Amino acid sequence: MNSIVPAPIARLNWPIIVLLTAMASFGATVLYSAAGGAFMPWSAPHMIRFFVFLIAAVIAGHLPLEFWKRVTVPAYFIILVLLLGVELAGAVRGGSERWINLGFINLQPSELMKPTIVLAVAFYFDRLPASRVRDWDAMAVPLAIMALPVTLVMLQPDLGTSLAVLFGGVVVMFLAGTPIRYYVGAGIGAMILIPIAFFFLLHDYQRNRILTFLDPESDPLGTGYHISQSKIAIGSGGITGKGFLDGTQSHLDYLPEGHTDFVFATMAEEWGMVGGLAILFGFFLLFKWGLTVASNSPSRYGRLVAAGLTCTIFFYAAVNLMMVVGFAPVVGIPLPLISHGGSSMMTIMGCVAIILSIERDGKGRYRNFN
Amino acid sequence: MLFGKKTLSAAQQEFTFTRRTMFIGGVQAVFGVVLAGRVGYLAIAQNEKYSLASESNRVNLTLIPPRRGWFIDRNGKPLATNRTDFRVDIIPDRLVNADQTVADLAQLLALSPEETARIKRDIAKSAGMQPVQVAEGLDWDRFAAVSVRLPDMPGVSPRQGYSRYYPSGPAVGHLLGYVGAANAEEYAKTKDPLMITPGFKIGKDNLEKYFETTLRGKPGAKRVEVTARGKIVRDLESQDDVPGKSIRLTIDADLQSYAARRIGLESGSVVVMDCLTGDILAMASMPSFDPNSFSDGIGVSEWKWLSGDDHVPLRNKTLKGLYPPASTVKPMVAMAFLEAGLSPNATAYCGGGLRVGDRFFRCHSRRGHGNVNMDRAIAQSCDTYFYYYAQKIGMDKIASMARRLGMGQEFDLPVQSQFFGTVPDPAWKLKKYNEEWRVFDTVNATIGQGYMLSNPLQLAVMSARLATGKNLMPRLLLTKDKVQPKSLGFAQEHIDHVRMAMRNVIYGGGTAGRARLPLENIQIAGKTGTAQVVSLEKGDGKNTRWKYRDHGLFIAFAPFDDPRYACSVVIEHGGGSASAYPIARDVMTYIYDRAKGMEALTGMEAGWGGTPEQRMARSLARWRASNAVPSTDAERSEAEIKKKQEEQAKARSAEAPEALQRKKALSQQEAEAENARRAERLSATGAENSDAPDTSPSPAASPQVPPPAAAQPVETP
Repeated sequence: MNSIVPAPIARLNWPIIVLLTAMASFGATVLYSAAGGAFMPWSAPHMIRFFVFLIAAVIAGHLPLEFWKRVTVPAYFIILVLLLGVELAGAVRGGSERWINLGFINLQPSELMKPTIVLAVAFYFDRLPASRVRDWDAMAVPLAIMALPVTLVMLQPDLGTSLAVLFGGVVVMFLAGTPIRYYVGAGIGAMILIPIAFFFLLHDYQRNRILTFLDPESDPLGTGYHISQSKIAIGSGGITGKGFLDGTQSHLDYLPEGHTDFVFATMAEEWGMVGGLAILFGFFLLFKWGLTVASNSPSRYGRLVAAGLTCTIFFYAAVNLMMVVGFAPVVGIPLPLISHGGSSMMTIMGCVAIILSIERDGKGRYRNFN
Repeated sequence: MLFGKKTLSAAQQEFTFTRRTMFIGGVQAVFGVVLAGRVGYLAIAQNEKYSLASESNRVNLTLIPPRRGWFIDRNGKPLATNRTDFRVDIIPDRLVNADQTVADLAQLLALSPEETARIKRDIAKSAGMQPVQVAEGLDWDRFAAVSVRLPDMPGVSPRQGYSRYYPSGPAVGHLLGYVGAANAEEYAKTKDPLMITPGFKIGKDNLEKYFETTLRGKPGAKRVEVTARGKIVRDLESQDDVPGKSIRLTIDADLQSYAARRIGLESGSVVVMDCLTGDILAMASMPSFDPNSFSDGIGVSEWKWLSGDDHVPLRNKTLKGLYPPASTVKPMVAMAFLEAGLSPNATAYCGGGLRVGDRFFRCHSRRGHGNVNMDRAIAQSCDTYFYYYAQKIGMDKIASMARRLGMGQEFDLPVQSQFFGTVPDPAWKLKKYNEEWRVFDTVNATIGQGYMLSNPLQLAVMSARLATGKNLMPRLLLTKDKVQPKSLGFAQEHIDHVRMAMRNVIYGGGTAGRARLPLENIQIAGKTGTAQVVSLEKGDGKNTRWKYRDHGLFIAFAPFDDPRYACSVVIEHGGGSASAYPIARDVMTYIYDRAKGMEALTGMEAGWGGTPEQRMARSLARWRASNAVPSTDAERSEAEIKKKQEEQAKARSAEAPEALQRKKALSQQEAEAENARRAERLSATGAENSDAPDTSPSPAASPQVPPPAAAQPVETP
């Protein structure tokens, strides 16, 4: 090894750092264009935030896996309390509340819950004896672990985040080896419950989002506007796009939320299908890495957490992209690493940090054996 | 295996984990492939559709109305052109403070409260960038007043536009029609956004309507890039309009104008045809409306003023006035006699009339003409001669000759509608009334009364065909093709007989001696006619109320021995042919000697109170005064009145054109039936027909009325 580069630096997982940096930079480029060719107000903060979180993640990635295991339970309950606090504050002040102002940062506890739920459910299954995994009553605890935060987030109301939290927990449960029949049964149950939830549990604006998703052209100037304009942006971009800074849908404000939820459409208009495939490929590499780390991890906790966190990031990307291309209703979920927004960046990089930590843990262990 | 209860060891658990992780990885891959496929589908397969959608988002089109094609006369002189004018529109999307802006404009342009309300209404229901008209036809001062305040009034767009201009005004009103803003129905038919573009006008009547597609041209487009909120980012390249094609008519603009002016205070029509080609050189119906004021949008009061006039300025009498042709048919009947073998020298004795069956039909000359041959019968318009020989020759031959000469014929002309009248014969009467043809029907028809009806164009065609012996077809479009009218197959000596007899109407001691042309070597030939309007019980057709007076008719051609021009003049309630032939004389004079013709007219117009335009303006003012139309309307500046009319033009689409449409919709059959009904009523009661200029008394319809009272054309020698 070349002695110019210090060993700790050389040992870092450079391929993943380069991949993340490339994706975030591409995101910053798109945000630069979305701002009409300016670093402010989105592009520069995006990049600064990314590097701050990247450095934090790399450092946190050096923490032993044992650390994450130890903070899991306290973190879960603290965030649960914060969620409750948000809910209470909202009830007092009226209206929808998601943020807690801690003075130096606007904290969105539901965002923190996404990786934490994975840790919590994994923590439980790590402790559960292998012989108990297939008992039905063994499912009760993780379900309760999920039900509390999901309900609180749902009450905010934030359908997208509550589904993300639920998804993270369920994936860990599934990977832990719980019987398949529960998932088949849950699938059937969902088919029955979804219509009921649609008519009785959802808010009007949520219901409208789903209705317009089913037929966006029915109301092109109303709630279907987002999806229609997004499809126009992607479709008009063609194979190679209209060129950097030449997107009209975004620059002339036809595309709403072009810097957050619909950033992919902004990108596709200027970079075309080529840009779209590049982003998909980037995510493919990221998820492949995450699942590989999971598979290679020697500890059950590490396996479950790495795979669960990968799926949490996947959930973000998949739901956002499905929405942008017109395959899913408009749910306020940003595209990881590309969209402007501190909370989601923090969550994603938090997930990356823990996965890095699991990766090191595995390597260390194997190295020891070597 | 899947559903069986089993316990797991740690190793099995790890195996399950690996398998399920692979499953999840697979699911993720499926999502990736689906998303890639979807992006590809949108970007490649649907690229065209979405590119278009993106462009239509980005680019906002404002149509520029195309300049309308001109109408030019046979010599290239303009009959209808476009005049530059100034207009002010509002682009609703760019308004900052709509109410304030409209209020400012109302003050600057002195808009009426109704107009202001109309603008606000239009803004409320407008689709964003579609301009709303504030005012058009503005003079420079008002236009400039708005233009300098433009920075304070975002959303206001003062522009230069075009409006239709008819240099000869009322003289071409009926001939060309007029233009106007498209109404809701016309827009609904095509959904063409051009239709609702301010300043765009479509042809509303006659030639303007008929040639709409040729005249319209292609609109230009102003393209701007706009944001989703309608803010203009920049101007893109604009596309110029393609002006409509011009249409060259056979009309002689000067002659048309002269003929219209020469009608003077009368209600009548003049048609002049070229005897070589059938070209219609003039087709004037007066009084008329001024198509210029129609095109700017006519006021309700102006409309009422026009429609209340008993001289029916809204009817094109040349095509839609049906009159008993009266004695003007005599040369035609004579030609039928000649072709049937009657010698021109054969005589009949006129003792002031002829007994037909149990009735006595009078000649207009109570004393009688004595022994008359064909020449004298035509020159002096002896009814008895025609009563006598018509019975011998029979109605079928006369009717067939009438049709050959264009009576009852609908010509292939680019006009909205023509009433083509009636040539009665036994078969027609049987079909129409289920009655036998009677001898007195023939007697009536030979002197152009009874059921016989024709329009002034047909009379001119008859005159031209008689004069030339050729099957001339009237035409309005000047084309380059050589016109070769077919011969009607008359013997040349027969044609010569008729020509000479018609010359003698003027030069041979006939009924129109005063019609001789003030020219050295050109002699005119003609035939007078006087069509009775009401039975004689109401008066003698001359010294009575205007609407009971006889119609005066005259057909003519010149020069008599080598016919070049033919014309017909019909004067409603002129009191006899003396009202008609001086007009024909002057029109013919004008054709050959414009100065001499104009000299005669100028003198007369001084007595009439000026040109038709001047008289119309005074008449309208009088009408407004006596009908207590709000004085503001009369006092306001011209520009304002125009604006007012704009607003009312919208109302007009609801009111006035319906009246017009009704008139148009009155079909030929209805017109005939109407005439017959009037005739019956008239002869039955001997009375009241007040508003029926084209009525002829018909003894046949009510035999109890003494025939002489009914069929008595009166000639003024």
